[in-house]
Amino acid sequence: MSAAVSLRGLTNRPKQERYLVTPEGIEIPIMLASKGSRLGALILDFLFFFLVIYAVVYFVIFVAGGAAETFASDSIEGASGALEFLAILFILFLFFMRYGYFMAMELGPRSATWGKRIVGIRVAARDGGRLTPEAVIARNLLRDIELFMPLVFIMLAPGGEWGSYGVAGAVWFAIFMFFPFFNKDNLRAGDIIAGTWVVEAPRTKLAETMSTSGAAATSGSSTVTGAKYEFGEAELSVYGEHELQVLERLLREDKDEALGPVHETICRKIGWDPGAGDERAFLEAFYAQLRAKLEGDMRFGKRKANKHA
Amino acid sequence: MKAPVLSSWFGKTAVAAPPDIESAALRSDRFRLEREGDWQRLEDIVKRMEKGGLRRISDEELLALPTLYRTAASSLSVARETSLDAATLSYLEALVQRAWFQVYGPRKGFFAWFKEFILGGWSRAVREIWLDVCIALFVMVAGTIVGWLLVAQNTDWYYRLIPGGFADTRVPGASREALMETLGTEDSADRLSIFAASLFSNNAGVAILAFALGFAFGIPSLLLLVHNMALLGAMMWLFVGADLGVEFAAWLSVHGTTELFAILLAGAAGLHIGRSMAFPGDKSVLEAAAASGRRGAVVMAGVVFMMVIAGLLEAFPRQLVGSVEGRFTIGGAFLVFWLTYFFLYRPARVEDGL
Repeated sequence: MSAAVSLRGLTNRPKQERYLVTPEGIEIPIMLASKGSRLGALILDFLFFFLVIYAVVYFVIFVAGGAAETFASDSIEGASGALEFLAILFILFLFFMRYGYFMAMELGPRSATWGKRIVGIRVAARDGGRLTPEAVIARNLLRDIELFMPLVFIMLAPGGEWGSYGVAGAVWFAIFMFFPFFNKDNLRAGDIIAGTWVVEAPRTKLAETMSTSGAAATSGSSTVTGAKYEFGEAELSVYGEHELQVLERLLREDKDEALGPVHETICRKIGWDPGAGDERAFLEAFYAQLRAKLEGDMRFGKRKANKHA
Repeated sequence: MKAPVLSSWFGKTAVAAPPDIESAALRSDRFRLEREGDWQRLEDIVKRMEKGGLRRISDEELLALPTLYRTAASSLSVARETSLDAATLSYLEALVQRAWFQVYGPRKGFFAWFKEFILGGWSRAVREIWLDVCIALFVMVAGTIVGWLLVAQNTDWYYRLIPGGFADTRVPGASREALMETLGTEDSADRLSIFAASLFSNNAGVAILAFALGFAFGIPSLLLLVHNMALLGAMMWLFVGADLGVEFAAWLSVHGTTELFAILLAGAAGLHIGRSMAFPGDKSVLEAAAASGRRGAVVMAGVVFMMVIAGLLEAFPRQLVGSVEGRFTIGGAFLVFWLTYFFLYRPARVEDGL
């Protein structure tokens, strides 16, 4: 296997991109999750959290009512025993929800809570290794000072009951809460001590091949007009890889009205007379031949990043 | 340079038949069409692993997974040199990343981890932070003494240290009988289990807070320890003043040896993080924080476990066993057990594989 092309230092890579080097020596780009999507995931998780807690509270009240009714005629002790059991279950349940939900979900094969799954992000180890249970425990134990305590302080401090002590506490805890804004990897305090980060979990579908249909497949002949588009060496050296990929995106998007202006621009650039009505075939043919040329050059180690290169 | 091509074009789920390879005008598209069956088979396996772990895939697929992964990785590496098809490249990057998480990330199941944790992992983590345990112990003892001295000098401090809910009849100037009564037992075990559950939830919450505060260079963890122990010192002063020192110690020791030990470990784990961030040595701050955080997390998992035991001890034996000797025996036995487990029990490290 050849040494991987380094993606680092290439221009036009997004700012939030980081790299992961597999044991095969291949660099895979991973995108950091944006702060917005993490906040969204958190809000979703809390929504589930409260929904589940409300459901359980209603269930407990329902069962408690049932237990009181059943045992009331027999003995008071039976009823209190049943209620006691319910109370214990409830206390333990609340504890588990507070500390266990995030841990249990992130230990699963997708390393993400429901909220994160919906948003399409996951937790990963920062060093590229595996995500261990210790890391998941560590990152979630810190939620206390990052989330629960700041919220308590921020809600109570303005009331003035705790005086300047409360305000100082609120400010202090706010530092932890807004930690992701202070570092380039969007790490929260829990991520720092666990050695993790939150990255996007891409779900890209495999798109169609470009050169098996349309004018790209038939070496440039249009099915509409029957015209055959062939471009010479000089005409194809106008553009580089960047323009090729813009054109690819355009052709895949399937928006015919966008093709017209592009067709015109290219024609002017290569000194052709822009016609009308057969833009798609023209662009497909141009795309296929430009790609064939650029890929051919690539095999000889010649790359042309964009039209200026 | 060609990647090994697995012959199976169609996985279990019928993949839509790809276009004829020969029909592709571009060499890089032919390269892709020759291999995309393998990629899609890999994607299918990975998708199912993400959904339900290893249960959903057959042995045959599990065996094929590493090969398929390498095929895809090698395709990516070749495609980067030969293809300018942005859609295919981004698909491959996403696929290799997803597969990489599954191939190189087969974490231990929870039970395997828990077994390793109980049989050595926990006590090793505790021994690794021995210095912090010593510092935290020193701080706790100092806190107790401070609490004692403060109250001894001025009884007003008692009301400041002890929150209202606790104090009930245990206030300076209370009679010996009233104090004795608070150390007494309950007649039956009714309602004690609720007491146990809420004690556990409350104490474990405090311990987790002590750990989490370690992030601020450990200082708040220590302050929390001092505050909690000053409270204990003030209480001790009160009971010793009423000539109930031994009874109080017995009452406290039942669960205290476990609970205070757990708080000690939580504070030490927090301090460990704070200390390694303040003095990272020759690692970077982030690396040092991550290493100490993971070690601390193991200790904390154990702390929660100890809090369960402490909650049970506090609710049942302490409220039901009345004699001073009985209480000392229970508390002492647990102390000996924890010390033995943490410092004498040293099984060889089980390698966690790759």
